[in-house]
Amino acid sequence: MNDTIKVAAPATPARKPKAATRYAELQASKPMIECREVHKYYGDYHALRGIDLTIREGEFFSLLGPSGCGKTTLLRTIAGFEGINSGVVLIDDKDMAAVPANKRPTNMVFQSYAIFPHLTVAENVAFGLRRDPRSKAEKAAAVDEALKMVGLAGYGKRAAHALSGGQRQRVALARALILKPKVLLLDEPLSALDRKMREQMQVELIKLQRQVGITFVLVTHDQEEALVMSDRIAVMFEGQIAQLDYPEALYSRPVSRRVADFIGVMNFLPVTILSEDADTIRVDVEGLGEIDLPHSQVAAKGADDEQPMIGFRPEAMNIFPEGQPQTAPRQNGAVIDEVVYYGDMTYYDARLDEADGTLSAPVRISMRNVFGRDIPDVGTRATVGWSPSSLILFR
Amino acid sequence: MKGSGLRIYAIAYLIFLYAPILLLPIFAFNSGTIIAFPLKGFTADWFMQMLANETLRRAFLNSLIIALSSAIFATCLGIFAARASTRFDFPAKTGIMGLIMLPLVLPEIIVAMSLLVVLLAIGVQLSIFTVILGHTLICLPYTIAILSTAFNSLDKSLEEAAYDLGETKWSAFRLVILPLVMPGIISALLMSFTISLDEFIIAFFLAGNEPTLPTYIFSQLRFPKSIPVIMALGTVLVVMSILLLTVAEYFRRRGVARTGGQDHGGFL
Amino acid sequence: MSSTRFDAEARQGLAMVSPPLIYAVLMLAAPLITILAYSFFKDGYLEVVREFTLENYRAVWSDPIFHKVMARSLGVAFAVTLATVALAFPVAYFLSFVVPPERKALWIFLITIPFWTSYLIRVFLWKVILGHNGVINSTLTGLGFIDEPLGFLLYNVQAMVITLAHAYAPFAILPIYVALEKIDRSLLEAGRDLGESRLMTFWRVTLPLAMPGVVAATLIVFIPTIGDYVTPELIGGGKMPMVANMVQANMLALDNKPMGSALAVTAMLIVAVVSVIFLFLNRRFLRVKQ
Repeated sequence: MNDTIKVAAPATPARKPKAATRYAELQASKPMIECREVHKYYGDYHALRGIDLTIREGEFFSLLGPSGCGKTTLLRTIAGFEGINSGVVLIDDKDMAAVPANKRPTNMVFQSYAIFPHLTVAENVAFGLRRDPRSKAEKAAAVDEALKMVGLAGYGKRAAHALSGGQRQRVALARALILKPKVLLLDEPLSALDRKMREQMQVELIKLQRQVGITFVLVTHDQEEALVMSDRIAVMFEGQIAQLDYPEALYSRPVSRRVADFIGVMNFLPVTILSEDADTIRVDVEGLGEIDLPHSQVAAKGADDEQPMIGFRPEAMNIFPEGQPQTAPRQNGAVIDEVVYYGDMTYYDARLDEADGTLSAPVRISMRNVFGRDIPDVGTRATVGWSPSSLILFR
Repeated sequence: MKGSGLRIYAIAYLIFLYAPILLLPIFAFNSGTIIAFPLKGFTADWFMQMLANETLRRAFLNSLIIALSSAIFATCLGIFAARASTRFDFPAKTGIMGLIMLPLVLPEIIVAMSLLVVLLAIGVQLSIFTVILGHTLICLPYTIAILSTAFNSLDKSLEEAAYDLGETKWSAFRLVILPLVMPGIISALLMSFTISLDEFIIAFFLAGNEPTLPTYIFSQLRFPKSIPVIMALGTVLVVMSILLLTVAEYFRRRGVARTGGQDHGGFL
Repeated sequence: MSSTRFDAEARQGLAMVSPPLIYAVLMLAAPLITILAYSFFKDGYLEVVREFTLENYRAVWSDPIFHKVMARSLGVAFAVTLATVALAFPVAYFLSFVVPPERKALWIFLITIPFWTSYLIRVFLWKVILGHNGVINSTLTGLGFIDEPLGFLLYNVQAMVITLAHAYAPFAILPIYVALEKIDRSLLEAGRDLGESRLMTFWRVTLPLAMPGVVAATLIVFIPTIGDYVTPELIGGGKMPMVANMVQANMLALDNKPMGSALAVTAMLIVAVVSVIFLFLNRRFLRVKQ
């Protein structure tokens, strides 16, 4: 399993990391959470099937997957709410086997926020300071500072149960961060918020994480949220990590069709493998013709079924009305089946010309709506432009 | 207006429910010695006679002790049962909870008789203590019903959050769970106090020679001349019950409001 | 590999439930088992002889008095249950569908108050109302409508049914109300939308979905009514005993504990069988999950 940060970008077309220097720094920092061969059963149900991962100090790490994939169980295992059946969990180099949740250097932001309804905002934030030897005044100052940090300065005396969803979330953050944990665990913290609020909180959470420098581990089922916020993402299916990578690599180099399907949209076209040598694989792709692909463009885990497939993202192709000149290295004729207008983008379903005169299975192509560019009509012919470097072979 | 026929019916139904009870104060303050219309005149004599009655005072004291003890015992046991049933999964849970809740559907005469047979067989002297044993048993299901609602409306992660913030399991319970279910606890206490205060069958068979308010009332019913005093006593009992229930309802609603839940109304 | 967490949770749960469980075992299960055991023992002079016999059951089941008392108990309980549930349904319907949400708690509180106030006093009040010198008779004679007090008011089965129906009235409303509250209102709109009248929508949608509440209400009223002790004593004047009075008489007055136990067990069996048959007949309504 891939559990170290490969700063040297992998194969050619994978995009450059959005913040290469940050990745370099993170790789240099020490491991904060290490899971080794972690197994967890509920009765006969095998919830975690050998989890191996290292999360580094200061990293914003996400566990992403569909519901029931074990991501929340893994988070609760790190928090200490769930025991494990075998394996090791280390936090800051210490084995956590015998350390209960209340003694771990982790704090959690719960999905429901778990704001104590019988206490005020300030009492909620100060809850974990009960055993703190500092004076009352010092603690009050710490509470004020924590509230200020999450943008709730002056809210201390309010009753907690009267807060809005976004405010509860902030109180939950302040309550956890005031204890200066080594790791902050966030269990689907944005799922209860509406879309606008969620997008705003995503940005705020990133800023907050950079500000406090604490390791954040986020559980989410929302791939967009994970891509926006994380330094690295572990995609989980059925209690296992399917791929652990940084967002750009996850998007452009999914290791399996399943990961590719889960993250964003990917088109698949069936291929026939013609020949293979040390450098390249020659394939015949339905609708695209014969292509030579370097081994770096072959997905690690390949197709889940027998039929090899070529995958590419909707934005990896251009589509223009037939006859308009374009610069793409390879071009194919196509028929437009469907046009879906999204305002900033338009999505096209097109079928590519085959050598024998038939049409391929439909593929989805997205185009930014630039001023002055025509949107081709349904049923008309078009030219599709693409580059072999944006294709991935799943076999 | 929608449902006006139903509204009239519902009001008539309420009158049917309350009409007999309304006779209590009417005749308790009526100076006539027989319970009949037309009314004679206003008097507080019956209440005076009631207060002067030695046996009645003793019955009142007994009832108070029994109700207080039963309420405390039943609520304490109810906290354990409600917490166990709402928070944990354990083997034979349905059976165990079924047994504990059984008095709810068992005729009281069966509870009273079987308990009496056992107590007599092992030679326990009947007293107000044996009544407390029986009342604790029959109040327990009611306290569990109230407390389960209170525990259920708590988000499980509240407790985990307290634990996560460094508290122990016990201090998390004390600092978070207990304050949040406190209205439920008070409500359960008041409810079982009311049930015990009004309970007749078990007190009748398990009290031996000690009177309680309901058994005293029962013993006086065959003497027509005692009826006006019983009317006065009944008035006092009903007023007490309504007061206690109103307070219990107040705490129940406060509990619902505090945990931010939805009020569905009612105790059951 | 089994889960250690589940075992730990089971242990904690059992530890937590043990105080009330031990109490219920000692104060309820043990006495009930004792009764069951006694019902198979012989009655000796002043004590129970621990010798197995079926004689008590043979005696109970062939006793014409028991047949009569059991028939009366069942008859009274059926009548009371029918009256209570039928009268309660419209009130529950009114509570659930007509009363605005913010007023519901108040209405339920008003309806439950009599339920929590002394049952003995409520029964006794009916004696006061129906008695020889009671409210009705004395008022009627006082007003000159009748010369002699009406003797048929008290000490009969009808009086017991009225009293019990009044005493158990609130029991029936709450379960039906809860079932009605659970009904998704859009189902009723769907019923109307699909072309049914208000009445047919009630018949084909509301009523079947409310049946679990009606079944619960029926049992909640039926089971305690059939075991009622006070009403036959006061309203029946001791001349109309029901099964509870017969059990008590055998246990205490006649001091024949095995016979009393056999009576009690038989009565409980009959109630259980009636309840199970009733549940079975309504099984198609109870399977619905909302």
